[in-house]
Amino acid sequence: MAQFRLPKNAQITKGRRHNDGSGMQRPLPLQIYRWNPDDEAQPRVDDYTIDRATCGPMLLDALIKIKNEIDSTLTFRRSCREGICGSCAMNINGTNTLACTQSLSDLDTPVKIYPLPHMPVIKDLVPDLTHFFDQHASIEPWLKASDPPSDKERLQSPDDREALDGLYECILCACCSTSCPSYWWNSDQYLGPANLLQAYRWIADSRDEASTDRLEYLNDSFKLYRCHTIMNCTNSCPKGLNPGKAIGQIKSRIAKRKT
Amino acid sequence: MSNPRARPISPHLQVYRPQLTSVLSIMHRLTGIFLSGVTMVLSLWLVNIAFGEVAYSVFVAFWDSWISTLLLTGVVFCVYYHLLNGVRHLAWDWGFGFSLARVYATGWAVVGGSLALSAITLVLAI
Repeated sequence: MAQFRLPKNAQITKGRRHNDGSGMQRPLPLQIYRWNPDDEAQPRVDDYTIDRATCGPMLLDALIKIKNEIDSTLTFRRSCREGICGSCAMNINGTNTLACTQSLSDLDTPVKIYPLPHMPVIKDLVPDLTHFFDQHASIEPWLKASDPPSDKERLQSPDDREALDGLYECILCACCSTSCPSYWWNSDQYLGPANLLQAYRWIADSRDEASTDRLEYLNDSFKLYRCHTIMNCTNSCPKGLNPGKAIGQIKSRIAKRKT
Repeated sequence: MSNPRARPISPHLQVYRPQLTSVLSIMHRLTGIFLSGVTMVLSLWLVNIAFGEVAYSVFVAFWDSWISTLLLTGVVFCVYYHLLNGVRHLAWDWGFGFSLARVYATGWAVVGGSLALSAITLVLAI
């Protein structure tokens, strides 16, 4: 049964204000979720103010500025700073996206930042994605073909290659899966939009020979059919992909195959 | 993993911004549940006919009140909404209308369409 309220240990309390905007040219207030595994305190939301006049253009720049200049204990993942690694996925003003590709000038203030929703929190903005990646492994995300490996590439027609556009670009940031209410309530069994799009990436690949087995594995009322076409996934994807459509295509392939 | 404390679940419904996609989806579910409940009232009507004239007149008297008008207004809207959004789901199951622009266009069309059809029905019925 879906649990709509946060359990006691997850309820958010009022945090502290680290600084105010006095003396700043262009103050930008931010409210950031904090939780530290090493003390006994409840999760809380802390207030920070940065000066946009001396900050880079993206939200990730603001977080790094806070960590450098105001509060070095603020914890978040980041790496590539250009939207290709997927590390800095978080909930920003109510929707999931990448902090590094989120422009500060597009955000209402105060900017509210939480970790990806309905995930176990390791610290502050760092969620535990172990289960998410275990599910990714479960769809066996590699090319399966019976012919022996050769020294050459496996060739595809331009059309077959084009069928993978909009699928291979997924960076597994988990923005879509953690935007999905169905994944919130059923993630123990439901694979979620990101991993279903990844599964379809191999089903749609002309070089892969295991699509029958792949569809058989997914044909399950929980793994696949907990998708109710809510479409929050497509709405949140920072790469502009369409996981909802990929799931629809899996359902369609299962419906049309010969049994 | 030396962390001795149980990890809290990050906030979800509490912080996620309601948007057309999720709001129309939960409304589809709620109108469906509501309409299933209303079918019981419908069967009550039939049961009352079976119980004879006195029972039926009590039921009809109830139906003349403003509460029933309000209920029926709700039922009319829910029927149209559930029907139109059901067609939207049918199109998705056929593989059409997945682009974000289409999702929003058909979503607003369902909202507008069910409001307009409810208004027309109520004007003709009253």
